[in-house]
Amino acid sequence: MNIGVLALQGDFLEHQKMLERLGARVIQVRLPQHLQDLDGLIIPGGESTTIGKLAVEFGLMEPLRAFAQDHAIWGTCAGAIFLARDIGRDQPLLGVMDITVERNAFGRQVDSFATDLDVPVLKEVDPVDRPFRAVFIRAPRIAKANGTTRLLATLADGTIVAVRQNRWLATSFHPELTGDDRFHRYFMEMALSKHDH
Amino acid sequence: MEQETGSFTIKKGLAQMLKGGVIMDVVTPEHARIAEDAGACAVMALERVPADIRAQGGVARMSDPELIHQIMEAVTIPVMAKARIGHFVEAQILEALGVDYIDESEVLTPADEEHHIYKHAFKVPFVCGCRNLGEALRRIGEGAAMMRTKGEAGTGDVVEAVRHARSVLGDIRRLQNLPDEEVMAFAKELGAPYELVLETRELGRLPVVNFAAGGIATPADAALMMQLGVDGVFVGSGIFKSGDPAKRAAAIVKAVTHYNDPHILAEISRNLGEPMVGRQVSALPEGELLAGRGW
Repeated sequence: MNIGVLALQGDFLEHQKMLERLGARVIQVRLPQHLQDLDGLIIPGGESTTIGKLAVEFGLMEPLRAFAQDHAIWGTCAGAIFLARDIGRDQPLLGVMDITVERNAFGRQVDSFATDLDVPVLKEVDPVDRPFRAVFIRAPRIAKANGTTRLLATLADGTIVAVRQNRWLATSFHPELTGDDRFHRYFMEMALSKHDH
Repeated sequence: MEQETGSFTIKKGLAQMLKGGVIMDVVTPEHARIAEDAGACAVMALERVPADIRAQGGVARMSDPELIHQIMEAVTIPVMAKARIGHFVEAQILEALGVDYIDESEVLTPADEEHHIYKHAFKVPFVCGCRNLGEALRRIGEGAAMMRTKGEAGTGDVVEAVRHARSVLGDIRRLQNLPDEEVMAFAKELGAPYELVLETRELGRLPVVNFAAGGIATPADAALMMQLGVDGVFVGSGIFKSGDPAKRAAAIVKAVTHYNDPHILAEISRNLGEPMVGRQVSALPEGELLAGRGW
């Protein structure tokens, strides 16, 4: 299985290590031609303004939108912002997912946090029901999830932090920063399945 | 469900998000916006860039909190600010201001010539400078969640950045080749905490993100540091002391992403205008060198 990681800026190597441990072949995507022969793509954490600007400069916006039409894509943190349709400010977005995202929704770095999340859908990859330790770094929240978007996880106060629409996944937090690979396994199964659910 | 803040994972985590990026020194909110528009992954808010600190002399201190606050208001990307080595009250003030990272920096005049700040006591993460592996691991032992090789700030001469990156990365390669029984003596030689030496040997890299700093002035300099094996770069005077800061800043951002592609590097290095006027490090008198500050 070939999984791309968008390697413009951010923690793409953390994703790469996790995917390789799970047996995927990983391709770093910096230019449009790197999207060939991929089964799915992860857009990592980083600075969404930096990633967006570089994607525009190197002609990746339309190729990424086209790729999304028939492939699985997962955005973590900055990646989730980049996948969103609307973030209430002007910066380059792919607009693939029908979600509104608010950047830095929890405050600055001193407000960054980790917490245990209940993510029922992870039972599809691991029947043992246990919380997912989620790390939020200057994290965004998903302010609105429209249309066919399904909620996968919320904080105790109801804030939406993980959603899925078709074969697209967005998480406010960073599964790549923990040792828990269940989200990566879930995504790899998404990338293999040809149908949406 | 309980929320945990200020853990080492969370402190290190922000640095992991900065990887593959450029952190730029800015002295006004206007500079900060130019840096953000150019694709900086963070900015360092300060009153004078190192080249001016070097030229003007005098005691260099933490910047005016009002200036830092204005820069924080001007951009959405992370904002860092510098405290003097050992000046834990400047650090407390910066934490109270809500900066995203504190740089305990040799570019400012040290407040303590024996002890660095005990950084585990803070919720805000710290980045510190290093010239070699021992210095890096001592800072991490004190709680630094990110490192940068020091180079020689404010010179536009990349030679010290290269020296320090080669020293850190070379010592890690040596460490990985040592048999178990020689690791303790190596830790003693480095003056570094044994547990961190073991962790570094196991990982084959520093346990925290490591950027290059000090003298980077061109896209080629930035790509050179990336090819040597650092995780990203700080550019201080090199941008806003150059002829066309916005253009140069954007080019250095692209160079850090495409550091392994000479054709792209050739393209983005064209027509950038005048680089900063450099000062050759080997011609500087001993007393003007900043990298020796830190212990």
